[in-house]
Amino acid sequence: MKRASFSNLWMPVLLLLPQVSIIFVFFYWPAFEALKSSFYLQDPFGFSGTFVGLDNYFTLFQNAEYLRISLFTLVFTVCVTFFSLALGLLFAVKADKVIRGASTYKTLLMWVYAVAPPVAGILGVSLFYQGHGLITQLFAFFGHEFVIGVNYYDTGFALIAVSIWKQVPINFIFFLSGLQSVPRSIREAAMIDNRSSSRRFWTITFPLLAPTAFFLLITNITYAMFDTFGVIDVMLRSEPGNNPMTLTYKVYVDGFRGGDLGGSSAQSVILMILVLALTIFQFRLIERRIHYT
Amino acid sequence: MAVTDTFSTSPPSPAVTTKKRFRLKRETVVDHAILILGALFMLFPVVLTLMTSSYDNLAFARSGLQFGWSDQFLENYERAMFETSGFTGQIDGLSMLKNSLILGFGFAIGKIAISMLAAYAIVYFRFRFATLSFWIIFTTLLLPLEVRILPSYEVVQGLGMGNTYGGLIIPLIASATGTFFFRQFFRSVPEELVEAARIDGAGPVKFFIDILVPLSKTMIAALFIIMFVYGWNQYLWPTLITTDEGMFTLVRGIKNIIQSFTDSSSVPEFTVGFALTMITMLPPVLIVIFFQSWFVKGLTESDK
Amino acid sequence: MATVSLKTLQKIYPNGFQAVHGADIEIADGEFIVLVGPSGCGKSTLLRMIAGLEEITSGDLLIGDRQVNDLDPADRDIAMVFQNYALYPHMTVYNNMAYGLRNRKISKENIDKSVREAASLLNLAEYLDRRPSQLSGGQRQRVAMGRAIVREPALFLFDEPLSNLDAKLRNQMRIEIRKLQRQLGTTSIYVTHDQVEAMTMADRIVVLNAGNIEQIGTPDEIYHRPASVFVASFMGAPAMNMMEGKLASGGIEIEGVGLLKSDHKLDANSNVSVGVRPEKVKLTTKANGITQPFIHDFTEELGAARLVHGRLGNKPFVVNLHQEDEVPQGELYATLSPDTLHIFDTETGKRLR
Repeated sequence: MKRASFSNLWMPVLLLLPQVSIIFVFFYWPAFEALKSSFYLQDPFGFSGTFVGLDNYFTLFQNAEYLRISLFTLVFTVCVTFFSLALGLLFAVKADKVIRGASTYKTLLMWVYAVAPPVAGILGVSLFYQGHGLITQLFAFFGHEFVIGVNYYDTGFALIAVSIWKQVPINFIFFLSGLQSVPRSIREAAMIDNRSSSRRFWTITFPLLAPTAFFLLITNITYAMFDTFGVIDVMLRSEPGNNPMTLTYKVYVDGFRGGDLGGSSAQSVILMILVLALTIFQFRLIERRIHYT
Repeated sequence: MAVTDTFSTSPPSPAVTTKKRFRLKRETVVDHAILILGALFMLFPVVLTLMTSSYDNLAFARSGLQFGWSDQFLENYERAMFETSGFTGQIDGLSMLKNSLILGFGFAIGKIAISMLAAYAIVYFRFRFATLSFWIIFTTLLLPLEVRILPSYEVVQGLGMGNTYGGLIIPLIASATGTFFFRQFFRSVPEELVEAARIDGAGPVKFFIDILVPLSKTMIAALFIIMFVYGWNQYLWPTLITTDEGMFTLVRGIKNIIQSFTDSSSVPEFTVGFALTMITMLPPVLIVIFFQSWFVKGLTESDK
Repeated sequence: MATVSLKTLQKIYPNGFQAVHGADIEIADGEFIVLVGPSGCGKSTLLRMIAGLEEITSGDLLIGDRQVNDLDPADRDIAMVFQNYALYPHMTVYNNMAYGLRNRKISKENIDKSVREAASLLNLAEYLDRRPSQLSGGQRQRVAMGRAIVREPALFLFDEPLSNLDAKLRNQMRIEIRKLQRQLGTTSIYVTHDQVEAMTMADRIVVLNAGNIEQIGTPDEIYHRPASVFVASFMGAPAMNMMEGKLASGGIEIEGVGLLKSDHKLDANSNVSVGVRPEKVKLTTKANGITQPFIHDFTEELGAARLVHGRLGNKPFVVNLHQEDEVPQGELYATLSPDTLHIFDTETGKRLR
């Protein structure tokens, strides 16, 4: 809030009206509907439903498939987050260090940000194509017959690999900008204090990047859980079957393919709670990082 | 001292110097090697697909992605752009491109306009429900569209907005990212500006149009790029809300490409599909590359 | 503690810009050297070359008896205080000071002893657990000093350490730094653009201009026998009055002013620049040597002194009068005594006498 604000009665209302009305119609209403229908058992052909309380949730937690998908989502999220953060950091540190060609490297490492997840998916499909995809052949060379869409672990591997590829650029961009905002004199002071450049990185530079890293951690978890939908849908060729998938994809599969509105809504609500928890976690970290500046 | 310049070109005590130079050089070589590998890692899948899109379908069916360049390039791209029979019965690449542009521009412009107004109200006005509206708007940051996808679909269908541009674009605008972005920026604008403007007799409308909008130019450009790319790349929502093929965007069309890979009894249209994939990718990639500095600024500053 | 010698040290950047043209400086053990000059004169580059933060293009740098040209900054046995302090924001004051020692494999007890000693010396004992963001500007400055002191290096380097402080604190820290350095006896090189700092702190001053050393000397030498027009006009506030003229036999013909008698013993007929410090000029109502009147414009009261601004031969001219000396009424004349004149060759800018 500014010190010298305007005080006008109808003006702010008018300014806020478009945003607030869109949010009410397309955010609060659907979110409320999801919450409501998670307590109902709905027949797939109409809107007649019976109130079943928490039954939809209980059913979910007793469903072996749902638990298996939860486990895969966990593994998927951890792998994608860890590897895309690690690669993004590695490239950022190197791009920050080199003098020659720095801007070329920067462009080459960030443009994939603009590639849509389903496009990444189709590139993945062609690389992991059965029989003669390039990576399939690489696996064949090492004696493993890689069959995407059939072998659960192969499919999972391919999904993770493509999702990492798609996410490296954004981590790279943020880490690079974080590195560039570390004052030069602090790095120089560290050079005088510490001979080893790797220990300098871990004791000085990395702690100063911590706020960026925390922020990216949340962003990456959110990405892995929600934004990979396009990658998964394309790479599974819209044929979920027994393939690995994330919880978000399961919401879609159950809701739109299976017609299980109550179950799908319950899953939505569970995801909402997860996101909420993540956000609260994020806010607490933001509070902590005030110390640094 | 100018004289000494010519004499002192050779470095002193060569032994130590060479050793250090060598160490530095080796380090630099490793740095560059890692960066080149990284660049290749990012480029490799796309370049291979681009190359393969110049071959005929059989080449991919027989031996996968191709290293090299063949003569089918123009033909494949022409078919991808102008032929309706390929992946969907009713729409060619050009019309999908049009729909993608409408989605990209519509989303970016709508989002910027709406969120700028809202942020202006929140930052510059003192009114009774200020805090409440702030929270109403910013709660939306908590829940991405993906987790409330089913009820959103039902609401939009119920409003009869299925297969319309409005139904495609407006629900995507229902989040606070842009408002948050402008709020941060407006708060960094010096307060003296409002004071000076008021002394000069400018009211809220004049201040917004004459001062705040011109000041926000780069921010608007940066956000526009991010939002255009975001809108263009939407997949899940268009997949659900556009069932009429005439409404398909390029990214939405990917789903049909991939389905055609498995459906066909004859050799699927692989390379034309790859050509369309390249067309889908190109506009946002070019925008991000050409407006790199704006885009990076917008991205990294919105989260500080 | 060590001597430092710079032998034709040069810095040429990859783009061809030469920031430092062969610098030769011999620094005695325990000496406090101030590098001073306008921005872009190469003083910071020179300091950073000594620190090892900039590569030395050519020349020799010796700290003690060691040639250190190619040593890492951490191996040069130096400590540096940066302009913006460069404290590690994520570490406490204690850890900021201990960090450099830990990396040198010093025992925990010794580190603790050194840090606490330095802290009490700098009145920081009660702030050891705070982070830099919780300290005032002056306290941060002290922590930066402490970080340098605990290392007990052979050489202290200061890069404009006081320029981020307000005027009062700056004066106070100036004295503290100088006292501390005397106490520890550590050789120091101090970069500043502030000539007051240079004059008050230095054992010897190195005046730099456009990558060249203009003069090396004690503050007294620099002030009273400036080696060039540049040094003469850079050092001293208010600045020295400079006039253009020509040597004549038995005097100097000053442009627009007239003949000034002087037993200069220099070859006649060469063009010279003549300088005189404002406090060496007397104002009288009777012409004494110079017949051109001094046109009085306005007077600045400084308390202890007053600056009389005016024109001599239509060029700006300043006279610094002691507080007891009133500005005389009526037509004024500037009296320049020949032995207070600084005479420089106009072409080379070098001092003739």
